[in-house]
Amino acid sequence: MSIDSPPRASFTDEHPSLKVRTPNARRRELVSKIMSWVLAGTVIAALTPLVLLLWQVIARGGPAFGWEFLTQLEPMSFRETGGGYAAGIVGTLYMTGVAAIVSIPLGICAALYLNEQPHGRYAGTVRFFTDVMTGVPSIFVGLAVYALLVSGSGGLGIGFGTAAGAAALGIIMLPIVVRTSEEMLRLVPADLKFAAVGMGARQWQTTFKVTLPAAAPGLTTGAILAVARGAGETAPLLMTALGARQIITSFTGAPQGDIGLLMLDGFRQPFAPGIERAWAGGLTLILITLSMSIIARLIARRSQV
Amino acid sequence: MSVTTEAPDSGLRGSPRDRRADPIYRGVMYVAASSVLVILAAMIIRTSIEAWPVFRAMGIWGFVSGDLWSVGTSRSEVTGTYGAWPFIYGTLKISFIAIVFAVPLAIGIALYTNELAPDWLRRPLVYAVDTLAMVPSIVYALVGMYFFRIEIWAPVGQAVAGSPLGAIPFFSGPVLLSSYWSAANILTIMILPIITAICRDVFAQVPLDERNAAYAMGATRWEVMSKVIVPRSFSGIVGGTMLGLGRALGETLAVAVLIGSTQRWIPALFQGGDAMTSVIANTFQDAHPEAIWALLAIGVTLFFITMFVNVGARIIVSRVSARVGGGAVL
Repeated sequence: MSIDSPPRASFTDEHPSLKVRTPNARRRELVSKIMSWVLAGTVIAALTPLVLLLWQVIARGGPAFGWEFLTQLEPMSFRETGGGYAAGIVGTLYMTGVAAIVSIPLGICAALYLNEQPHGRYAGTVRFFTDVMTGVPSIFVGLAVYALLVSGSGGLGIGFGTAAGAAALGIIMLPIVVRTSEEMLRLVPADLKFAAVGMGARQWQTTFKVTLPAAAPGLTTGAILAVARGAGETAPLLMTALGARQIITSFTGAPQGDIGLLMLDGFRQPFAPGIERAWAGGLTLILITLSMSIIARLIARRSQV
Repeated sequence: MSVTTEAPDSGLRGSPRDRRADPIYRGVMYVAASSVLVILAAMIIRTSIEAWPVFRAMGIWGFVSGDLWSVGTSRSEVTGTYGAWPFIYGTLKISFIAIVFAVPLAIGIALYTNELAPDWLRRPLVYAVDTLAMVPSIVYALVGMYFFRIEIWAPVGQAVAGSPLGAIPFFSGPVLLSSYWSAANILTIMILPIITAICRDVFAQVPLDERNAAYAMGATRWEVMSKVIVPRSFSGIVGGTMLGLGRALGETLAVAVLIGSTQRWIPALFQGGDAMTSVIANTFQDAHPEAIWALLAIGVTLFFITMFVNVGARIIVSRVSARVGGGAVL
């Protein structure tokens, strides 16, 4: 039997041509196609709430939002229109700022420790509990800061105010900073560090002159995301900052305001002007957190280590 | 003949001050790393001490299983009755419902993003889902209260309660705006991003060879997804689910606004109840010292429940791969 004349007839008898589609194959293909659409449907199901939420916040928060809203105090009554959340905006920025100043350096130092001992047992313990700490309910952080700092019986007794609120936000930010920073530090090529050490650099010089500059964009990204997270937190401030309707500049001793707390007061009242300001407050918070996360992502994309 | 030249200052010689720099540096790093553990320990010890009078008066089991929450007004001793079961029940109920909704959705989104979406769509999809995680809880509370529960959840609830399913106590009417159902729905949206992020990570870990082997055998796309990718990622999905559960248990303001705060526990899904976080948030500011201890006791209970869930989740997730979960810190 020569190679030129393959036994075509008998071949097709045993093996149907690949072009023949059996009913079973057709069914499987159909199932696959249907499931592709179902999966696309899940994406739409998840994006619909996002779109609706953004639309609602912009449409209902837009009218009351503006320069006056950002710079004026809220009127004494929820029935009055006009005025704004200046007290809350100052309080939120103040507390978030203090929290960031403390927790970002602390978190990056902790991440440096973890990064230098990737397999150490103590580092493993710290890493594990940092992960656990990212999952601690924010309201529990608020209660704990209340018991530790605010309450006079057994705590430090510094009272409600900026310091307590900042402590709560800082505790929420810290594990996020540690874990994102460690991820970023891990991306710095080991060769860079070897080169520095080979030139005789000390450990701290290697860190501050080589590792940190190389990882700077990534660290910035992580820090901004953590700050955005802290700025959006309201629950722990219920029992630490307590809320204020005036601009508070003192660090301790007077309850501090917050956008979220003002919103909570406003939208639980039955008065339309107060509710409208709450929507504008929501728009402000969304603008703060989303613009921060966009900036963070732009930095991250610009410079991959 | 000997010419002694002054050795030029090479800059290589360390001064005693320089030699101390590295130990100081290491010490600072060590203290910073330890601060995480110290803060965590301080928080749990301090709250437990504050809450102890309530646990002692009620008994830990009595506190967890009692269903009467009657607040006393004392400043120095426990005079009220504190049973946290209605709140624990509500928290568990809405969290489990949220998990039931969110996990299939998250798996679907992760599969679509990783396997089906065209290249240009992938990054925007990841960002969009992550954006859901960036929206503050208070904004979810606001939009849930003034939009979602009125326009979507209550009508859906009405339809279910009106159908034959309404004969089951769980689905019976009347449908209230503030209910377990509304709270469970907002939780679904809020925990979706973290479960999706973990699923994306674990699905991406499935070796390309295994997929290609399945395709070479003639498997369709859906068969590769359902018979190769998902089974291989099962433990990662479980870990992600538990992380989501941990988030759901601890979510505060959106739940506090939407659950109804009625301090009771009932089987009906479409009626109001209460949750651990919401009773803390709603009653803390007006609470007497004694009631604050009781709220701290709820906080401690909540902490241990979430701790248990999170530790389990982290152990499972880190077993899957060290690379998984890094992006899901948020």
